[in-house]
Amino acid sequence: MSPIREIDSKIITATVKRLFVEANTCLGADVLAALQISLDREESALGRQVLARMLENAAVAKEESSPICQDTGLAVLFVELGQDVHVAGDLLNAAIEEGVRQAYDEGYFRKSVCDPLTRANTGDNTPAVIHVEITAGDRIRLAVMPKGGGSENMSSVTMLLPTAGREGIRRHIVEAVLKAGPNPCHPVIVGVGIGGSIEESLLLAKKALLRPVGQKNSRDERLADLEQIILADVNRLGGSVSAMAVHVEMKPCHIASLPVAVNIQCHVARHGEAII
Amino acid sequence: MQNYRSIKTPLTDELCASLHAGDMILLSGEVFTARDAAHRRLEETLRRGEALPFDVRGAVIFYAGPAPARPGRIIGSIGPTTSYRMDPFAPLLMEQGLKGMIGKGKRSPEVVAAMKRYRAVYFGAIGGIAALTARCVRNAETVAYADLGPEAILRLELVDLPVVVVNDVEGRDLYEEARKHGSVQNHNGQAAAND
Repeated sequence: MSPIREIDSKIITATVKRLFVEANTCLGADVLAALQISLDREESALGRQVLARMLENAAVAKEESSPICQDTGLAVLFVELGQDVHVAGDLLNAAIEEGVRQAYDEGYFRKSVCDPLTRANTGDNTPAVIHVEITAGDRIRLAVMPKGGGSENMSSVTMLLPTAGREGIRRHIVEAVLKAGPNPCHPVIVGVGIGGSIEESLLLAKKALLRPVGQKNSRDERLADLEQIILADVNRLGGSVSAMAVHVEMKPCHIASLPVAVNIQCHVARHGEAII
Repeated sequence: MQNYRSIKTPLTDELCASLHAGDMILLSGEVFTARDAAHRRLEETLRRGEALPFDVRGAVIFYAGPAPARPGRIIGSIGPTTSYRMDPFAPLLMEQGLKGMIGKGKRSPEVVAAMKRYRAVYFGAIGGIAALTARCVRNAETVAYADLGPEAILRLELVDLPVVVVNDVEGRDLYEEARKHGSVQNHNGQAAAND
């Protein structure tokens, strides 16, 4: 039997706080590189000017420790909890919520969470959206994603006909991105989840956005191809740099179903991770 | 900046009539922030026959909810939110004299028609460059609905906010024209105004 490793919940709180502060103020090297590639490819002078301002904004935000975007998002976390870990102190979720609270308070980030009916702001950007998966080992992996509302509003899940096939899936995803039009902040990253149940397809789409921007699906060549084809379609039909990347994840589904989820991510693609 | 025209709020009929879809603008002067929850309250106020908490005649509303200001700073990061969510409320405010809106994304045909009727304009600003945009804000004070937190109505003093005219008083729509010409729809419409 493996020995149980004890992890103080305070370490989890401190790590969550650090990750959200960093994610909201320092744009990742992957996103900066993808924006630079877009800048190099953009043909219009005005488009290049806009992309240059995005890069300048990232530099200013980092230097000032200011939020890159005023929408510092819902706090979404994916937690991989090693089954040989014992969390000592606060409950895991409570420790995470406290980290979010501290990050959004001390970072002077916008609190963007409210009661759905009264629209009263909760005041501290909690509750967070926490997905926990039990894994092997004695470590905790925390992946954070402050997710903005504008791009989330342009996201969807659709139950396609099982006979739609690869071509039907491709067409659906391209249409979903074009339908979003100029509403989300371009150039976007398109997270796609194919298969599973209705909620699992959405989780796959969101998890796909955690991948470094532009890194192709390394486990399934069919999906890596689909990513390339959809990206080319979107940029051909929507403008040269409508999207920086398409990330597709897939799982088996019911014989009667074909769920396809599309989760749009704006160009301020904030994500970070740490292993405790 | 090249090819930009500088204008100052409040907006008059004459000034609005001189703005055309695709024009690049540096906007200065007083604007008011208002987004979803504030719009609902403004509508309820008008339905009750009461006065709005600020003079909307000639005014410009910036669809924005900024991050809080650090001590010693004027404002936190700020930028446009997606405008279509304010579409159900915009015609009523234009009827009251609202002349300009700043946001990102497309407007409904009803809002485009109301802009023509009331001689108002819609400006697109670049989303996701909020640390830079904050530098255009020289003063900020809360006007109403402080309890809404980031959705409170603020009076901002802007200097040279870069925007593009998306919809003008003639009913033109920059996104529609860009789409029909097979041009682009990206960068929140900024690049839709491309050369």
